[in-house]
Formats: sequence, structure tokens, C-alpha cells
Amino acid sequence: MMSRPLIELRGLSKRYGVGDGVVLALEHVSLNIERGEFVAIMGPSGSGKSTLMNILGCLDRPTEGTYRLDGEDVGSLDKAQLALLRNRRLGFVFQSYNLLGRTSALHNVMLPMLYDRQRPRTPEARLALAGTMLDLVGLTARGHHQPHELSGGQQQRVAIARALVNDPSLILADEPTGNLDSRSGEEIMALLHGLHAAGRTIVMVTHEAALASRADRVLTMHDGRVQADVANGASVEKTIAGAAA
Amino acid sequence: MIPREFLRTAWESIRKNKLRSFLTMLGIIIGTASVIVMVAISAGTEAAIEEQITGLGSNLVFVTASFSRGGPGEGMSSGGLVYDDAAALHEGIRGVEGVIVEQGASASLRAGSVSLDEVEILGTTPAFPTVRDVNLQSGRFLLEAEVQRKAKVAVLGAGLAEELFGESDPIGQTVTAGTTKLTVVGVTAPKGSVGGTDFDSRLYTPITVVFQKFTPAQFSRIVGDRVRAITIAVAEDQDLNETILQIKLLLSKRHEVSLEALDFTVTTQDDIINTRESTTAAFRSLLSWVAGVSLIVGGIGIMNIMLVSVTERTREIGIRQAVGASPSDIRWQFLTESLLLSLVGGAVGVVAGVGGAWLFGVFSEMPTVVVPESIILAFASAAAVGGFFGFYPANRAARLDPIEALRHE
Repeated sequence: MMSRPLIELRGLSKRYGVGDGVVLALEHVSLNIERGEFVAIMGPSGSGKSTLMNILGCLDRPTEGTYRLDGEDVGSLDKAQLALLRNRRLGFVFQSYNLLGRTSALHNVMLPMLYDRQRPRTPEARLALAGTMLDLVGLTARGHHQPHELSGGQQQRVAIARALVNDPSLILADEPTGNLDSRSGEEIMALLHGLHAAGRTIVMVTHEAALASRADRVLTMHDGRVQADVANGASVEKTIAGAAA
Repeated sequence: MIPREFLRTAWESIRKNKLRSFLTMLGIIIGTASVIVMVAISAGTEAAIEEQITGLGSNLVFVTASFSRGGPGEGMSSGGLVYDDAAALHEGIRGVEGVIVEQGASASLRAGSVSLDEVEILGTTPAFPTVRDVNLQSGRFLLEAEVQRKAKVAVLGAGLAEELFGESDPIGQTVTAGTTKLTVVGVTAPKGSVGGTDFDSRLYTPITVVFQKFTPAQFSRIVGDRVRAITIAVAEDQDLNETILQIKLLLSKRHEVSLEALDFTVTTQDDIINTRESTTAAFRSLLSWVAGVSLIVGGIGIMNIMLVSVTERTREIGIRQAVGASPSDIRWQFLTESLLLSLVGGAVGVVAGVGGAWLFGVFSEMPTVVVPESIILAFASAAAVGGFFGFYPANRAARLDPIEALRHE
């Protein structure tokens, strides 16, 4: 028995501009991502991988095509519903961490809970859960530190704790190690692999082939199209046509 | 997001920019405080005027000469009040408690070694204490016989008596006004200043004496001579309009003029109160405009700072949107901040306004009364200003595109 894939993209296109100045950022992308997959997206800049991430993250809408997340057609949702969807089902990890400045690690981790209208929690419960998440990423003692008092690697751990706190279906990591030295980067990758091992679905954009090679599956983007969709290890290579079927 | 979190976030943001928040609030503080102070001043002035006018004595009717009929050639002979009109009014109108005629002058005063310049001399008639609501501290007031025979007697205001005679008893002493020697027969009880008139520093003497000694020659005859005004005290239970009509009928018959062409006008205290009140109402509306404008200026300050804040915090807005803040969450976050700024500013302004009104009352001639409604009005206006001027920046923040916002440096 096959359950529905977590992500279904069908004929997804994104155009910017009008008339002769139209730029095709994405062209007829169709693919599925199953629950529990760790997918790496590679490609040169301008290949459309950021646009794809933004659409997957419900921060942007496609010009054409459909995007189903958990079976729900995202295209039919308004801004408030998209916000709720980001809040409940998505966790973002950015290259530049994007923590709130002058705000403690604990409060940063609590942020998504504050916007979770469907599961209102008491301040104590929020604090406790945020503490648990910081434990999970190994920052137990740093809860009251502000971002500028933390190293890059520590900030990214806080960001991961924040991404996890509302128990999302999908974690979107946009070059999570891009600003880190190799050792901190390695620690962050270990953390992400740990989450994957625990059953999380992760989509990660990266420039580094070495990092991509450790994912289950590597999508290579070029000129707005998925040029290659390769499964690592024992998995068989899938074709674009296969995903579209 | 829940209201308490909006408040906490807004408070954090205000606290993180203390100086800027204070400067932003300053406009609202000044606006709120000025509403309260302005209202306190106009209410104080109004109360003072009302006190003064009721202090003039109760139920007064003023008959004033006006030279309405006759061309320039006929001049003053064609109209005006005469001294005998006063007596006729007293006898001919029901419910009249007293009628006085007043004629002011000024002269230098001397008593023993003390001499004063430019003292107000008021020539009047015996009913003065009744009509003007003045009590006597010692001695008695002027008598009708003294008016008739132009007796050189004087009643001193309380303050004047003390200036001239100090601790010693002025009754029976002599005061020289100009070149006229007057014998003091009484001293009035202190009354203070009422309606711009200082009752305590005046000298009262029979009106006939003023005509004879202190006014130019054309006023020197007594009987049948012209007076400027007659003041009539009417009993409380009388219908004032009825009394006024009787006065008009009686005087028009005496002056042989028709009711349509009276050579005098009749006014009441109510007319005076109304005139003064319309003046203070104009004053008050001017003040409220000034206060309103300063609140609006304060509001523009809030809008300005909130716009700067939205721009500065674009990335923060992007982060909040990414983790699930809806447009209305963002809108409320900034609206809460501008409301909080204006409410805190309003609260500080209320304290400053109440304090300012009090200081103003202490250090200036103008009395102030803090009106509780003005506090509510000022505070509510501050809140309204915060909401109104905060809405545009908040809406702008809410409409930001998450991707653009996240890219913002």
C-alpha cells in the first residue's frame, strides 16, 4: 500500500517579469518527495533552486502548476492560511541563521509557538518545550544567550531547534553550512542526519557535492529544470519522466 | 498570536530604543498635557467669572442711558437717564429691593501723615450695600439725608481704611479727598475684587458730593441731572422679564418716548453672564484646537517612527513570516507598538498635564480647575491618535513579501 507522497509538484513554472523581459526561473518541474526522504538540491546560481525552495517553503507561489503538501493544494490558500501552513508543517534553516537579534536563544526557539493559533500553550509550556529543543541540539546551557554571544555553529543549532519546535512535516535547509567553518558545518550536518534518521523529511540546498552525496537523493537543477534526479546508495536512478508519471 | 505576546513584543521593542521611544512619545505627552492644561485654564476662568458675576449681588437689572433719538443738533437734551428716575423706579416698580446710582471719580487722599494718589471715589446712594451685596465692618453706610444735603461724609473700603489709619479706628476721623474734607462714618467689610472692581480700596461718598466736587461742571446739578446708569436690585421671587417691561413702560412715560425708541437700555446679569460665557467659549474652542493640533503632530511623529521601525525591522518581519506570522499578526504587532507608545505617552501626559495645571494655577493670575472629563478625553485622544497614525505603518509591514523581507539587509 502506497501512502500519498509528502510533496507532489506537477508542471511547476515560475516566471518573473513581463513581455520580452520574462525570466523563466522554473520550467515544468514535476516531482514527488516521499516522507522520510533526505533530498539535496544542487545547481549553479540562477538554476532555479532558490525559487524551488521558496515555493516548497510556501514563501512564493508558482506561476503555473500545482504543489500539494501532505495532499493539500497549496495554490488555493490565502496569505493567512499559508502562514499557518508554514507555522505548522514547515521548518526553515537558513544559511544566515535568521535569528531575531537581541533576543535570547530560548525566545528565538519559542517564536513559532507564539504564532501557533491552533495549539495555544501556556508560557511555561512554551519555555519547557523550547528548553527540550535546545537540549536536542546540544545547547542546554546557552538558552539565555543572545545570538551575538553565540558562535555561528551554535546559532545554526538554535535555528534548527526553532525549525523543529512545532513538529513540522518538512525541514527546508538552504545552504545550512554555507556560513560555517568545516568543523561546525560537520556538526550541523550530523545533526540534520540525526533528524533524518529519526524520521524527518529534509530538503537541503547545497553547493558541496560531498554534503549532497550523503543525502538519499540528489536533484540537480539547471536553467529552471531538474537536470538529474539521482538516488544514492542502493536506490535506483529515477528519471524525470518517471516522477511525472 | 495572543494579545499578551503582542504587548510583550511591543514593550521589548520600545525598551530597546529608549531615547527614540521617548522622543516619539514627547509629541503625545505634550499634546495630552496641553489638552488638560488648556481645559483647566478655561474651566478655571469660567468658574472665576461666574463667581464674580454672582458676587455682584443677586438679581440685578442695569438701566443704561443711550442717546438714541434726535439728531446731532438736539444732542444730549433728547435722552438719557436722570437722577430722579432712580427714585421713580424705586417707588413705581413692584418687587424692587433697592435702586442705586453710581458715579465714579478719582482723587488723591490724605489722612494725617498718610497720603495716597489716584484713589477711586465712588459716589453712590444709600441702597448700595443691599444692591451690591456689601457688608459693613464698622459704623454705617450713607444716609438719604446726607445725599440730599451733600454731606461731606465717607465710607472707606476695608483695605483703604487700613492703609490710611492702620490699627486705629477711622470712624469720626477726617479724610481729605482732593481739597474736600470728608468725615468717615463707616468701613465696609472685606469683599475683595469682583468683576474687575476692587471693593476694598474705594472710598464711598454721597453721589451728590461727587457731582459737586469731583466731576466736571456739567454734572454738578443734582435734581434732574443726567446719570449714566441706574442699578436695580429685584427681589428673587419676581419675574425679571415682567420687571424689565415695567421699567421700560415707566421710564418711557417719564421720558416721553415710545417703547420702540427708548433712550435707555435695560440689561440683566444673565446678559452679562452670556456675553462673558460666549467669550470664554471662543477662548476654549481656540485652546482645544491648539491642543488638538499638537496631538496630531504627535501622531505624525508616531507614524514617522513606526515607518522607520518597519523599514529597520524588515528582516525581522521576514523571519516572523517564515515561522508562521500571518499578515494580521504582523499588523497587530506594529499597531500594538504604536498604541503602546501613545498610551504610555498619554499616561505621562496626563500626569504632566495635571501637574502643569496645578503649577499654572499657583504661579499665574489665571485660576485653573482640572476637569476629570478632560483627562479621559486627552487619554482617549492619545489612544485614537496612536491607532490612527499607527495603522498605515502596520499595514505596510503586514503587506511585506516574505522573500523580499528575508533578503533585506
